[in-house]
Amino acid sequence: MTTFWPWLSIAALGAFHGINPAMGWLFAVALGLHRQDRRIVWLSLAPIAAGHAVSAALTLAVVVTFGAALEPHSFRLVAALLILSVAAYGALYGHRHRVRVGMRASMAGLGLWSFLMATSHGAGLMLLPAVLSLCVADSPGDLAIAGSLPVALAAVAVHGAAMLAVVAAVALAVFEWLGLAALRSAWINFDRLWTLALGATGIVLLVQ
Amino acid sequence: MATWRPDPSFYPSPRMAAKAPKETLAYVAAFDPERKRPDAIAVVDVDPASPSYSQIVGQVDMPNVGDELHHFGWNACSSCLCPNAPHPHVERRYLVVPGLRSSRLHIIDTKPDPRNPKIVRVIEPSEIAEKANYSRLHTTHCGPEGIYINALADRDGKAPGGIFLLDHQSFDVLGQWEMDRGPQKLAYDFWWHLGHDTLITSEWGTPDTFENGLVPEVLLGSKYGRRLHFWDLHKRKHLQEIDFGEEHQLVFELRPAHDPTKAYGFVGCVISLKDLSASIWTWYRDGDRWAVKKVIEIPAEPADPDLLPPVLKGFSAVAPLVTDIDLSMDDRFLYVSCWGTGDMIQYDVSDPFAPKETGRVRIGGIVSRASHPKAKNGALNGGPQMVEISRDGKRVYFTNSLYGAIDPQFYPEGIDGWMVKLDVADGGGITFDENFFVDWPKGHRPHQVRLEGGDCSSDSYCYP
Repeated sequence: MTTFWPWLSIAALGAFHGINPAMGWLFAVALGLHRQDRRIVWLSLAPIAAGHAVSAALTLAVVVTFGAALEPHSFRLVAALLILSVAAYGALYGHRHRVRVGMRASMAGLGLWSFLMATSHGAGLMLLPAVLSLCVADSPGDLAIAGSLPVALAAVAVHGAAMLAVVAAVALAVFEWLGLAALRSAWINFDRLWTLALGATGIVLLVQ
Repeated sequence: MATWRPDPSFYPSPRMAAKAPKETLAYVAAFDPERKRPDAIAVVDVDPASPSYSQIVGQVDMPNVGDELHHFGWNACSSCLCPNAPHPHVERRYLVVPGLRSSRLHIIDTKPDPRNPKIVRVIEPSEIAEKANYSRLHTTHCGPEGIYINALADRDGKAPGGIFLLDHQSFDVLGQWEMDRGPQKLAYDFWWHLGHDTLITSEWGTPDTFENGLVPEVLLGSKYGRRLHFWDLHKRKHLQEIDFGEEHQLVFELRPAHDPTKAYGFVGCVISLKDLSASIWTWYRDGDRWAVKKVIEIPAEPADPDLLPPVLKGFSAVAPLVTDIDLSMDDRFLYVSCWGTGDMIQYDVSDPFAPKETGRVRIGGIVSRASHPKAKNGALNGGPQMVEISRDGKRVYFTNSLYGAIDPQFYPEGIDGWMVKLDVADGGGITFDENFFVDWPKGHRPHQVRLEGGDCSSDSYCYP
């Protein structure tokens, strides 16, 4: 049962990322409206989920690879500082960035967009405490890279699946029933929640 | 500064924006043509139920003299809801007010008291020159990468003019926007089709050809701007240039369709060298290129040379001088200011290639000097110029001054400022609101009007 909570939190973070309009469902809905085609909404979900999952996988792969070279305590310290600085940067300068993909986005462009959004917001970093606790549970006291990568990839799969399910559900609900007027009141400040979540992630790593 | 909910004045689509509440205040740029006293942003009460309706109820003076306030805009607008770069929790709160002559930029806070705005930051021309290499600041738009401001010249007052970016929270100058400007040199207006990832710019001239008034030799030599430039909005790269030809001079105000799925818009050409007519052109997507078509031609009116300023005497005609246009939120009505003849014309442009005139009023004008029911002086000068439409399309506001150095070329006795309002009938047709006439205080002339909460040239949208 000790490994149940990390998996649940990985899935819950997928849902949290998926429900954020800035992570893709809104783009899918917009493209469907622009091209007046419901299928575009569905087709857009694939590159959005793929870009997000690839970003999380790459982030975890890099972190776990570097982590193998450090002793666990200093690794946690470094990872926590990295996460806290991403959170601080996002809070201060998150609005200041190039916009590389617009409303004429191709499916590949959409995948790139999703990858950049997830990477720059530190989506994969948010999974780190849960993934680390799984890796440690797998091989106690040691962050063996051989054992960590499959666990990390499984985590990405669970995270990505949860994200895709939520993105699809919200995109469908907004496109088919709710309409965009709901954005005006229902779009709470996810940037702020995201910063809080990243900050909490960093602190959990520090004290874990 | 960030909020928990999106700013209530942001609307996903123009259809929703058209249902926005009525504006109660208008902000109007006012400048001193003598450059002796500070320019100002005036606050005009436009709430018919208010006892101070049609009066200036507040004013914020600039800290210097000689800025020549001209166009201005908001720090944030509905484009903050765009799905590719969403920042919906910024407030629409600050007016971004450039000085066209001084190149100084003022950030003005309209909260907490919208009738008593305050300057919160002044960005000096030297900072803009250093960070963006531009001067002579003109139009501002809020957009996907922050606040976009265009400039008519580089820091030395030469070509090329272009666009630079301002951070929409800190108001720091971020730098030049263009990455590949291709053949573009002159600048005037800019706007975009967010749905088509395309930015469009138009052309006037370099400051030496307008800061002391229009130069007849430059005009007759067709050396003022006559081109449109189309850019990739995200790659910041010049894609295409369209030359209107030697006959057409001064291609000015750009009004793309608000509906982001539509790939067309309207631009006014001030004057034809052939017959002094003015024209409206539609740009549109033609296969994988952009194209233009002249859709309206407004002829010059024959006139007694004794009534004409020196610049027009030899022609015995008043040029219409279309200096501003504006498109209603539903993309149905185009308003065309004829600063020379004094006409404000409303066209139904439901079919953008076949406009139909649906309304016309006359006020001021070089020869006509038409009056207004509420004007004390029976002969108004200046003519319809900067025009702004309420988001619901039912009210239209405009002022009468063009540019300090050009005003006396066409109105040699000077211009006495005024601001008026039209009421729009449902199916088209325009009439003056007889209770709305702002007899502008002497010493200042009014220019662009911005309406509280947004108007038809302040916001762009990502959703149809």
